[in-house]
Amino acid sequence: MARMKFLCDSERCIECNGCVTACKNANETEWGIQRRRVVTLDDGEVGSEVSISVACMHCSDAPCMAVCPTDCFYPTEEGLILHNKDLCIGCGYCLYACPFGAPQFPKQGALGARGKMDKCTFCAGGPEEDPALEEQKYGANRLKDGKLPLCAEMCSTKALLAGDAQEISDIFRERVVYRGHEDGGWGSLNKEPGLTDLAQQAAELATDAARS
Amino acid sequence: MKNCKRNPGWLSLVALLLVGCLLSLPSVAQPDQSQTADAKRELMQSLPGVTSDYWRNVEGGSSGTTTSNSPGADTLIMVEGEAWREWRNNWISPGGLIALGGSAVTILLFYLLVGSIKLDHARTGRKVERWKRLDRAIHWYVASLFIILGLTGLMLLYAKWFLQPILPGGVWAAFMTASKNIHNYLGPLFALGLLAMIIKWMHHNWLTLVDLKWFAKGGGLVGKGHPSAGYLNGGEKAWFWLVTFVGLTVVVSGLIVDFPNFGQSRETMQTTLLIHSIAALILMAASFGHIYIGTAGTEGAFEGMKTGYVDEAWAKQHHDLWYEEVKDQAIGEAELQALKTGEPAPADAKS
Repeated sequence: MARMKFLCDSERCIECNGCVTACKNANETEWGIQRRRVVTLDDGEVGSEVSISVACMHCSDAPCMAVCPTDCFYPTEEGLILHNKDLCIGCGYCLYACPFGAPQFPKQGALGARGKMDKCTFCAGGPEEDPALEEQKYGANRLKDGKLPLCAEMCSTKALLAGDAQEISDIFRERVVYRGHEDGGWGSLNKEPGLTDLAQQAAELATDAARS
Repeated sequence: MKNCKRNPGWLSLVALLLVGCLLSLPSVAQPDQSQTADAKRELMQSLPGVTSDYWRNVEGGSSGTTTSNSPGADTLIMVEGEAWREWRNNWISPGGLIALGGSAVTILLFYLLVGSIKLDHARTGRKVERWKRLDRAIHWYVASLFIILGLTGLMLLYAKWFLQPILPGGVWAAFMTASKNIHNYLGPLFALGLLAMIIKWMHHNWLTLVDLKWFAKGGGLVGKGHPSAGYLNGGEKAWFWLVTFVGLTVVVSGLIVDFPNFGQSRETMQTTLLIHSIAALILMAASFGHIYIGTAGTEGAFEGMKTGYVDEAWAKQHHDLWYEEVKDQAIGEAELQALKTGEPAPADAKS
């Protein structure tokens, strides 16, 4: 059985928020909740600005699941972490344990009234027999129809990949090799920070061409 | 032959392109210095610095900008989450069981080995007033809320280990929703009761030299004879101050987590929840001792908080200094009944 994962290629993400919009549209989440978000680090700083699209990572050892007082989370055969909204009491513990800020609540009311937690389902719906009810509670179930999450499908630069972990890491590895990294996707320790081999060569070529 | 016919077209296209290239050459040959810098800049912008240092910063919890309004959405990795999980699941959860279980087992052993403290002398049948109606009302208000909040709190921490496997899904969900809502709604009411109790009883609870001597004799467990005590003995005062400080900690931390509408950060909530659960478990473990001593542990103690009156024999044995002050106010059973029903006491009952 495939192990589903997201992967965001930060060298491709252009912070268009297309994935955010696609997700919101596919899942019709409640007002104020966006299951996916794009975080831009060093925004506006030339040479170090990086954008990354992030949602639930569907962790192997999920912290949300470990701290949930009602045990509403369950792992699927594809390695996804889904949850049962009927069991959710809105205590907020998953939000405090999750490193990625994936669980969100529609309310932040007095006396701990938060409503039911909502998070990315990898477009795999939730535990509900009736498809209409499932869509209303958990959003789209695209996986059931053999489709991948809409965020990744709609990504304009194919920075965001979703699917079988082996396959998407193969795609990413191919890109890394093409880019000329010496030691993996996160850049080379021996090189000037901010410039990959390919970028370095291209920059030098451009500079030379301009000077000649 | 067909190829020959096509060739002129190809040649003219190549020629046209060459001319175009030649025409555009001057602009490349005379570059602007700012343009050369821009080429590098453009490339650096499109292929930015995803280095290992960069990811080290992200792992350290660095924040950026985002369009999401969720709390903490601008942080890619909230590093405190993992520590919170470990504190809650690996330390507080088992630690609470050890504290509660240890307290219960110790009390049970004490009961089996020493037994309850009986009255040394027979009851005289004459009573002295110990707790007024308001005192008792506050005590039982706080006590009942304490038990309800304690039980519901324990359910939030432990019920998934023993109740979920035996309850059907719907019942389990309703049970946990009720636990959480009861806990959250009654919490602030407990805070009010606790505050009233602390204010009302604080003047009884300043430590004196008598209390130190009481502690030195272990409250009567060490050496011969019962140590002297005033209205409240050292042990009761210690419980009062424990309830005051640890109880206020529970109440303040509880109110912070009970009202997420003020926009507390995730980190604040994490720390507060840890403090809340540790303090509450300490208080619960200690309360077992208080409950035991006040009921099965000491003959004649429970009636004080139940009826407000204690027997002279009990007062003399446990609170001799206080008894000396109030012994002239002791009343007989008939008089007490009369007081309770509001009728005048029969003349012969007076002594």
